Amino acid sequence: MDGQGTDLLYLRREEAPRLSAPISVAGPLAWLRAHIFSGWISGTLALLFLALIVWMTPELVRFFLLDAVWSAPDGAACRVQGTGACWAFIERKLDFFRYGSYPEAEHWRVDLCLLTGAVLAARLLWPAGNKGALGRLAFILGVPLFMFALTPGLGAVLREPARELAVLAFGIGLACVLEFGKARTSLVALGFFAVYPPLAVLLLQGSTLAGLPRVDTNLWGGIFVSLMVATVGIVVSLPAGALLALGRRSRLPAVRFFSIIFIEFVRGVPFITVLFMANTMLPLFVPDYLTPDRLLRPIIGVALFASAYMAEEIRGGLQAIPKSQYEGAMALGLSYWQMMRLIILPQALTLVIPNIVNIFIGLFKDTTLVAVVGVFDFLRTIDAASADPVWAGPNIPKTGYVFAAVFYFVFCFGMARYSLMMERRLSAGRRH
Amino acid sequence: MSDAQAHLQPRVSPLNNPAVRGYIYQGVLILIVGFLGWEAIVNASTNMRVRGIPTDFAFWDRVASFDINQSLIEYTAASTYGRAFWVGLWNTLLVSALGVVLTTFLGFFIGVARLSQNFVVAKLAMIYVEVLRNTPLLLQLLFWYNAVLKPLPNPRDSISLGAGIYLNNRGLVLPEPQFAPGAGFVLAAAVAGVLLALGFRFFARRRQAQTGQILPVGWVSLGLVVGLPALVFVLAGAPLSFNVALLRGFNFSGGVRVLPEFVALLLGLVLYTAAFIAEIVRAGILSVQHGQTEAALALGLTRAQTLKLVTMPQAMRVIIPPLTNQYLNLTKNSSLAVFIGYPDLVQVFAGTVLNQTGAAVQVIAITMAVYLVISLVTALIMNIYNRRKALVER
Repeated sequence: MDGQGTDLLYLRREEAPRLSAPISVAGPLAWLRAHIFSGWISGTLALLFLALIVWMTPELVRFFLLDAVWSAPDGAACRVQGTGACWAFIERKLDFFRYGSYPEAEHWRVDLCLLTGAVLAARLLWPAGNKGALGRLAFILGVPLFMFALTPGLGAVLREPARELAVLAFGIGLACVLEFGKARTSLVALGFFAVYPPLAVLLLQGSTLAGLPRVDTNLWGGIFVSLMVATVGIVVSLPAGALLALGRRSRLPAVRFFSIIFIEFVRGVPFITVLFMANTMLPLFVPDYLTPDRLLRPIIGVALFASAYMAEEIRGGLQAIPKSQYEGAMALGLSYWQMMRLIILPQALTLVIPNIVNIFIGLFKDTTLVAVVGVFDFLRTIDAASADPVWAGPNIPKTGYVFAAVFYFVFCFGMARYSLMMERRLSAGRRH
Repeated sequence: MSDAQAHLQPRVSPLNNPAVRGYIYQGVLILIVGFLGWEAIVNASTNMRVRGIPTDFAFWDRVASFDINQSLIEYTAASTYGRAFWVGLWNTLLVSALGVVLTTFLGFFIGVARLSQNFVVAKLAMIYVEVLRNTPLLLQLLFWYNAVLKPLPNPRDSISLGAGIYLNNRGLVLPEPQFAPGAGFVLAAAVAGVLLALGFRFFARRRQAQTGQILPVGWVSLGLVVGLPALVFVLAGAPLSFNVALLRGFNFSGGVRVLPEFVALLLGLVLYTAAFIAEIVRAGILSVQHGQTEAALALGLTRAQTLKLVTMPQAMRVIIPPLTNQYLNLTKNSSLAVFIGYPDLVQVFAGTVLNQTGAAVQVIAITMAVYLVISLVTALIMNIYNRRKALVER
């Protein structure tokens, strides 16, 4: 009562200066506490892992960079005690890793093939809709240059400038035509799935009619064969998988039965046994004059294998299409095949693009297994090269495997990122 | 038939009747498949006769006359090809079973670590998953075998890991357990412990449902499963000794030697599959709405209890089907043994036996049938489990 009328001196008249948040709540220390030392167990784990990183990093840098042998004529320099990775081995054998034993004078044929395939595939995989200026530039220059850097690389330009630059120019020109000519996707797809494969085989194998010397498939190898086998797998398995998926959902019991038997049989056995089957049983099942080529047999195995897995993914896409789409198509009087071709499959296939890319990643990793039937894929060339007595040394296989791992990682990780991006893009329309 | 009816039922060619067309399509398909199958059989029998390839299963009982460096059942070079088949099958099952168990633990650990609040742990788990998932399994196997295990020192300079365990380029040498007569009691106690623990768990659940009282299931189970056999072990006078391997000349004598091929294959399969399982576990946990976790925490459950009682049971519904696929993948991928020479079914049977007998069709058919049976049986079991765990919508 007695406080009435007096000035309330204990009340503050002006705002107090703002304090920054206590260091236990904000700032680097608080972050450390929340994200690294949040508890006994996680703190200890984090410290252990940090110690591991601190302990390993200098060792790795020493092995792969500081003590590495960057160039040498043979393995002698790499056998010296205490040296690190033998990058000279990779440098010397790079052509073998890329082309196998494909004759050097004919390398441009492989380059041309891969470049064309890359541009066509990039056009099909690039998200539909208008690209920005940067996107166009990346497509027209980025894709061909990237593929060109992989095979044949800079060295070939120095060796054979005219021919290799012509190959590059062809790739860029093709990209320009596809981009500015506003080629329809269905036309590009037709080109990639129907026109490109036979032309590529003709080019790679050569024929006296076209004036190209024949290159036996025994000589094919390296990254080129790995890419080729995986691509053939996809090119065959997309149409075959779509047919099998439709067959599995068909109302005709015999069609359904054969589709299910094929799909479940192939998915139930290891890939290696499919390869063994293609390699040893296939030649027995056909008459002598049809006996498939040594390289063709595993490719048939890959195609069978990929088709079964692709069928299941496409079936998933088909099941995601609402019934009203089927009913609408039928109400318009479309026949079964018209309905599938014009209404259902385009939607279903778009939905499963990420899964198709994932199958391709799996297939690309699985192509390493074709070595079991004697095909020189990329990994096999590395094994074969490190068995070369000139390049014998304890660190040489290690270097080869790390190189292969980096290659596969870059490739598969990039594709996986792409697949994730597509997944997000495709689900954007259905998000509410 | 009257004119009116004929008018209502317009005359159409039966070819335009969908049902008739269906029969025609199916007939054509069956004819094509039948023709291809018949051609294949005819060609195969001529080709096999011309090339002198056996067409029957007589090779099954013939003497194999090759050695296998790891067998779980008795096998010598004088055994039959049929026996070699069983050796390979058991080796496949061994590496698959061990791999499935180990990869489950590792995969769940990494999957949970990937979602950890802890920055270092989460990032390392992510790097692990991305690197292992995006490189071929064969490359990893060859790396473990050729680049890690082969350059190990020879037996004379073995790396000692303590407790009589040695590592060298001939494999992993472990002490061999030797059981004294009383060991049977310990085994019986262990079995009894497990059964009692299961019984107690059942009892505790019923008690909790009736009265709400929570019994310490974890501790009691631990006591029964570990404590009881340990007690019997001591009472029976420790009926177990280890035959520690000793270096004699150039190699070890005594002990158990685990082949480097087996170590490399198991390591490769476990590490590779764990990366995929980690992603499945992560997706499963993320599929449980955050509101569930918040509600559990608001009820006063600890983080560990929330994970165990609320999040995981719901996540398991999403996790189980793809997890089964990974188990099957691991089993099928164990056939990569052929690349590093571990004597599994494919290496022994579809490799050596096929090459020696030339009976390609029979051998490959049998090999495929084995994997098919494994796949189908696993799928069957998992479907039953899945049906029990699936969300019952009301």
